[in-house]
Amino acid sequence: MLAIGNNRSGVSRWISLALAIVVFLMSLTLWAGFDASIAAMQFVENTPWISYFNINYHIGVDGISMPLIILTTFSTVIVIIAGWEVIKNRVAEYMAAFLIMEGVIIGVFSSLDAILFYVFWEASLIPMLLIVGIWGGQNRVYAAIKFFLYTFLGSVFMLVSLIYMYNQGGSFSLAALNTLPLSLTEQSWIFWAFFLAFAVKVPMFPVHTWLPDAHVQAPTGGSVILAAIMLKMGGYGFFRLSLPITPDASSEFATIVIALSLIAIVYIGFVALVQKDMKKLIAYSSISHMGFVTLGLFALFSIVEMNSDGQIVGALEGAYLGLEGAMIQMISHGFISAAMFLVVGVLYDRLHSREISTYGGVINSMPKFTGFAVLFSLANAGLPGTSGFVGEFMVILGSLQANFWFAFLAAMTLIIGAAYTLWMVKRVFWGPVTNSDISSLSDINARELFILATLAFAVLLLGIYPQPLVEVMHLSIVNLLEQALTTKLPVPL
Amino acid sequence: MMDYQFNIADLCFAVPELFLLGAISVILLLDLFVSERFQNLTYYLTLATLAVTGYFAVGLIGESRVIFDGTFVLDSVASTFKVFIVGFSVVAMIYSRYYLRVHNLLKGEYFVLVLLSVLGMMVMASAHSLLTVYLGLEIMSLSLYTMIAIARDRAVAVEAALKYFVLGAIASGLLLYGMSMIYGVTGNLNIAEIASFAMISSLTSEQILILNFGLVFLVIGVAFKFGAVPFHMWIPDVYHGAPTSVTMFLSTVPKIAATAMLVRLLIDGLGEFQAYWADLFMVLAILSIAVGAVVALMQTNIKRMLAYSTISHVGFVLLGFVTGAVEGYGAAAFYVLAYVLMSLAAFGCIIALNKKGFEADKISDFKGLSKGSPWFALIMLVVMLSMAGVPPFIGFYSKLFILQQVVSAGYIYLAIAAVIFAVISAYYYLQIIKAMYFDDLQKDLKVSASMDIRLVLSINGILIFVVGLMPSYWMELAISLF
Repeated sequence: MLAIGNNRSGVSRWISLALAIVVFLMSLTLWAGFDASIAAMQFVENTPWISYFNINYHIGVDGISMPLIILTTFSTVIVIIAGWEVIKNRVAEYMAAFLIMEGVIIGVFSSLDAILFYVFWEASLIPMLLIVGIWGGQNRVYAAIKFFLYTFLGSVFMLVSLIYMYNQGGSFSLAALNTLPLSLTEQSWIFWAFFLAFAVKVPMFPVHTWLPDAHVQAPTGGSVILAAIMLKMGGYGFFRLSLPITPDASSEFATIVIALSLIAIVYIGFVALVQKDMKKLIAYSSISHMGFVTLGLFALFSIVEMNSDGQIVGALEGAYLGLEGAMIQMISHGFISAAMFLVVGVLYDRLHSREISTYGGVINSMPKFTGFAVLFSLANAGLPGTSGFVGEFMVILGSLQANFWFAFLAAMTLIIGAAYTLWMVKRVFWGPVTNSDISSLSDINARELFILATLAFAVLLLGIYPQPLVEVMHLSIVNLLEQALTTKLPVPL
Repeated sequence: MMDYQFNIADLCFAVPELFLLGAISVILLLDLFVSERFQNLTYYLTLATLAVTGYFAVGLIGESRVIFDGTFVLDSVASTFKVFIVGFSVVAMIYSRYYLRVHNLLKGEYFVLVLLSVLGMMVMASAHSLLTVYLGLEIMSLSLYTMIAIARDRAVAVEAALKYFVLGAIASGLLLYGMSMIYGVTGNLNIAEIASFAMISSLTSEQILILNFGLVFLVIGVAFKFGAVPFHMWIPDVYHGAPTSVTMFLSTVPKIAATAMLVRLLIDGLGEFQAYWADLFMVLAILSIAVGAVVALMQTNIKRMLAYSTISHVGFVLLGFVTGAVEGYGAAAFYVLAYVLMSLAAFGCIIALNKKGFEADKISDFKGLSKGSPWFALIMLVVMLSMAGVPPFIGFYSKLFILQQVVSAGYIYLAIAAVIFAVISAYYYLQIIKAMYFDDLQKDLKVSASMDIRLVLSINGILIFVVGLMPSYWMELAISLF
């Protein structure tokens, strides 16, 4: 891609679009060939990579990672189309950065070797750093460097704990780490090291402060990838590493994580309410929605537990609801936040302002666009029938079995979320036309219509008929739940 | 010393050094008689000399013996280090010539001095007696002092040379003092004999005390050559003052020689005292990593910034020796070689930007490079991220290797401190990326260097990436050295 250079931007656009679509179709074959009746990893490739450390190029997918990979390839196609005319500066490099990013993130979701995972995990920072730094807004340098250092600091501790476990068990393979016996003290240290890495990425309260900056400064495509996929890497990390490797510590500290998730859901929701900048508002709403993911994950320890005979006691259904709700929430948030950022992007391209107060009465000049914008906003607020509802509802139902108050506070978001999203919609789209710029706005063109319509279709499909997704992941979730509940501590005699 | 054995057949195991010495004499004489018109002749002869020396050195890989009455050793460390010393010197020469030409410093003496210092480093790599260590060290250092002063009309360069010379002489003195104590206890200069004498179990407590004293001075000498905190004071000023091509040479190849010196004196000689010197190195290592990371944040001159970055990297190298395990030493050797590769590329990028009257030594001088020369900006980006330890570049694997060894030796707190400072140091590497990519997008800055440096720099950059993708072979090589 870099070889094409910046002079022939048309060529690079088409090539990258073609590549992105091919990769997307290839990832669909993963879905088609996926066997939902087994919990084990599928499409496994395993070749020695660094033999001295026993590191292997070991990749494969299961029901948890496969939907996320498809989300990644889908979002890349969307982003490339979204950047079609908007990016005029250094087009080839822009497209190349997104394609590299796509490859690296697929790597994160399919690695079955901890070092391979770490390498992809860190490598994903590089294209994002450049995307925010080169094509970002006014304050892009600050945002890019803050983003990089924040996430870098979060993940180095993960590296140290991975090395520690390698020295204990002699392997970096995730399967081996999952069965590595660790004392509660060791698990606690490792849990917090992982927590730091993943919580920064999710991001959870109180390590979320990089996100609004990065989102606001990033170009639309960057925000979409950041919200739709990079945040999911954090959630995925909890699924893939924290729960199976440190089950006892996860159970030990679940209450803290749940508390932080609830703070994120409620407090950040209120923070979103007072934002003047649309992108910032959506960024805070992302944090609030991602709180559901961590809540659904860690609520399971309050719902079920394994007694001393190795029997699982408690309402298993509730735990499934929580975990699957968390997964669906990740996928659905991928679509919705992508759509919301694109909506802001569309407005920004026209008036170069993200301030809510600049707008008003947009519906008068952009009726089609407003239709989509309102649909996505309702989905963001969790309207039944959209994908936003399914995930949140499942998590709330699941946590209801853990503790009434968890569910109560989580359900508050349906009110707060509706408040900040709909209030924004009211101020931006309805009401009288505030200035002459608004009345001269042109409605969305075919390209914008296409991407918004695709996303709207995905949001509605997932909202009305989420069953196929649930089926695909169900066995992997069962498997994960078993690992998360199997204690690694020596059985007391 | 009466029964001095000299076997003429032994000479063939020192062929690289002997050839280099002969060639140096020839080039030195020749340089007197070549006119200005043929000044490139010295350069090409130098490259040819290095190539032949490298060829001989490669031929000796796998040999293992001690010759010249126990003063000269050929083992896997010596032969492998020699090949890398020569190889990296070739790269440094190619980068240097462009710089020297642009700034009117192109003189035959420069190349002779480089060759002499390479000779000194090769002697250090093969030293098997305290005397040979010192001899190699002084051949190397004296040539380096003079190389810095080659820009004799620049006040900063002369100041840097003098500073380096004075401090270097003090360090040499301390080293000699330590050697004399060790000689006093063991009665021997031969490193193998010292090792067999200095068994802790068979020594009296007074002997151990004096050996420990000597050991401290040896450690100081080694730390000075590495530039580890608190013996780092010369590094920023010398790096800053010296002509960039000398800075590049100074910051790269001599670090391999310093590693060799450490291996000879402390591992081969006083390996029995590992627990004593490892404690010293632990302090030096963590201080170096910390100071290198924190002080570099304030620099606006890229040479000074890279000076502090070197200090930080040296800290990681020393961490490898703290572990006291064969794999730890291997990790340190791997780190040194990876560091030299990255540092060469970093200085190569700076030199490639040089123009008449433009030194490109400020961070802000890199503004707009991504616009004018995207390929070289990309190389610099890779180098900076690699130095920061971001995967998938070689710098990450060298840090991974060291950290793995440190954790496995039980120093998990050292590892945690090291990664925290690695994150801090990422900030200043990002400053370069910021200047190249994020700032001033209207300005075009083009690389003006000639074709040879472009080619070598590209290969250098690609190697940082490719070895990063497939580090397995090099890691095993590094471990097999010890």
